[in-house]
Amino acid sequence: MTGPTNAGGTVPSKDGTALRGGSRATSRLSLRHSTPLIVTGALLVVLFIAALLRSGSMGITGQALLTGIISGGVYSLLAMGLTLVFGVLDIVNFAHGAFLAVGLYITYEVAHQAGLNPYIALPVAILGLFVLGVLIQLLLLNRTMGGTLERQLLITLGLSLLISNVLLLAFGGDPLSANLKSDPGVHVFGAVANLSRVIALGGALVLAVLVFLLLERTSFGRAIRAVAASRQGAGLVGIDVRLVYAVTFGLGTACAGAAGMLIAPFTTITPTAGDQFNILAFVVVVMGGLGNVMGAVISGVIVGLVEQLGGVAIAGQSPLLGVFILFLLILLIRPQGIFGAASS
Amino acid sequence: MTITTETRPGSAAVRNRRQSIQRSVVILVVITVLAAFAPALLPESSQTIAVRVLIFAIMAIGWNLMSGYGGMFSFGHAAFFGIGAYTDVYLLEHFGWSPWISLVVGAMLAALVAICIGYLAFRYKLRSAYFALATFAFAEMLRLLATNTSWVNGTTGFHVPLLPDNSWSMLQFAANAPQYYYIGLALVVICLLITMFYLRSRTGIHTVAVRDNEDAADALGVNVMRVKLTTMALSAAITSVAGMFYAQYFMFVDPDIAFGQAQSVQAIAPAVIGGVATLWGPLVGALILGPLSDLTAGWLRNPPAFLEFLSGRGGLDVVLYSILLIVIALVLPKGIVGSIRDWWKRR
Repeated sequence: MTGPTNAGGTVPSKDGTALRGGSRATSRLSLRHSTPLIVTGALLVVLFIAALLRSGSMGITGQALLTGIISGGVYSLLAMGLTLVFGVLDIVNFAHGAFLAVGLYITYEVAHQAGLNPYIALPVAILGLFVLGVLIQLLLLNRTMGGTLERQLLITLGLSLLISNVLLLAFGGDPLSANLKSDPGVHVFGAVANLSRVIALGGALVLAVLVFLLLERTSFGRAIRAVAASRQGAGLVGIDVRLVYAVTFGLGTACAGAAGMLIAPFTTITPTAGDQFNILAFVVVVMGGLGNVMGAVISGVIVGLVEQLGGVAIAGQSPLLGVFILFLLILLIRPQGIFGAASS
Repeated sequence: MTITTETRPGSAAVRNRRQSIQRSVVILVVITVLAAFAPALLPESSQTIAVRVLIFAIMAIGWNLMSGYGGMFSFGHAAFFGIGAYTDVYLLEHFGWSPWISLVVGAMLAALVAICIGYLAFRYKLRSAYFALATFAFAEMLRLLATNTSWVNGTTGFHVPLLPDNSWSMLQFAANAPQYYYIGLALVVICLLITMFYLRSRTGIHTVAVRDNEDAADALGVNVMRVKLTTMALSAAITSVAGMFYAQYFMFVDPDIAFGQAQSVQAIAPAVIGGVATLWGPLVGALILGPLSDLTAGWLRNPPAFLEFLSGRGGLDVVLYSILLIVIALVLPKGIVGSIRDWWKRR
């Protein structure tokens, strides 16, 4: 899916080919690079059968399938933001989960303090986190652009600790919730999902499409893709690179905020609730190829399925264990992600 | 001070190195003698803080060896800390083995695990961000496994059984006994000595060379893989000692304490704040971060007027230290010790 990786293969997929025009979307899934995807699909089928045999019940497995697709949709949205930041800014943003937690608390405030429907928080969370992200990039990260990866990793790690502990100071450590007033179950092919979860999946997909259109169809999206391809070149043709950085980081955090809002109605809200999603987002991003937006969307669903089906197949262990095994396998065997070309 | 990255003519470099290690040993002796008097000067209640400083220091010394001098950024040192802690409590609970034996077993186990992770990671040429993420994933996997595995007590974890008397062989003393402090201090000194002499050894010099230019080192005949794995193993072994000591002092270990993300951060933060790839950086960082949580807890117990609204809330210590981490990373990328060293040289 991505083209050739840069020389030396230290950090592949910085070339931003993944962000190219939509017309190439079909060619990306051409046979040449589809083998890993087929292998992944086959593994998912095996996992499905394993889950079926282990549980001995189509009902349980079907439920896991549905839940997997739903949480996968949210992971897709979340990971889109993370991969965008990596692809354009070359920053491994360890604070992504913390931004999601901010989205959770914004929703809590709207639902409980203001007593409104939690979904009113969606524009608030998107806008609030966009501004927060832009400010962080302008005030902190722009100063270190082009610096070592470790330095930026440390700053985002510091940010992650800072945000979750400011939340702890402000709201205390007790779990909170932002439930809907009524959250009826919706039947899908014999499996049941709460309305809030179905809305989360729908919302995540709509937002993912919007971000994709923004990147592919607007001039600002083109500027972002230009910076991802070559920041020097983009600067030479008159693109304000620092502004693009700031807006891209803002977009990334807005994705996290939106994901946080969408899952808030069925998630236990704690200051560290984002940590788990942080890890999952990284798994998705690496799987899709760092910087590859479409890859992140597809991988999000795959990770959601692996988590849920794996949870049924390896009963007794945490569902996340399967995800980590997958992560290590991908890191070791295909660090360029399942859609990437083999690195040199 | 220690080996720097600048290139110097050969003989001068050797002379410099010899001088620098002599100087380092002298500084270490002075620090140790001063630190030995600390229990006499400090109130008994501050012993926990002192021990926490020592544990932070050991972890950060271990991390610094691999990630500072070796250039392999680890985000999963909790794995090694946890292996040390769990080996200790497990062998104690099931076989009644002395923590001193567990120290050796745990260090060997941690080194072995590090070699496995390292071998896989370097075999597949994982670097920088990917390597950091792989170490992180590994630590998280161990946490999940420990959480869901019944023979290590799952989420409940282990309590170290209380002994009736002080015992050197079982490394257990009355609460607030000064022995803990001295043992911790001795461990820190040993870890620093190991670091010093390792960095002076052939493998240690190669480690820094590989960090600075892997291809060049390879071309000169350095066995890159062996050098990297040795450094990782040593780093993991040092960090596991911190885990063993933690378990013995706080007498309780569970999966989140041992393998949690916070523990990995606690190996990184002191080294970064004090100075990455400096000998004394981890120590300085630990001295700053160790007392922070008790300090802020103290403030919040009797909050001054402007902090009144925070009374009874937790998290202020981490807020302060994360701000410190960000500021250091932004303004002093070489940390406190590194910046002072540069300033000293420029004078």
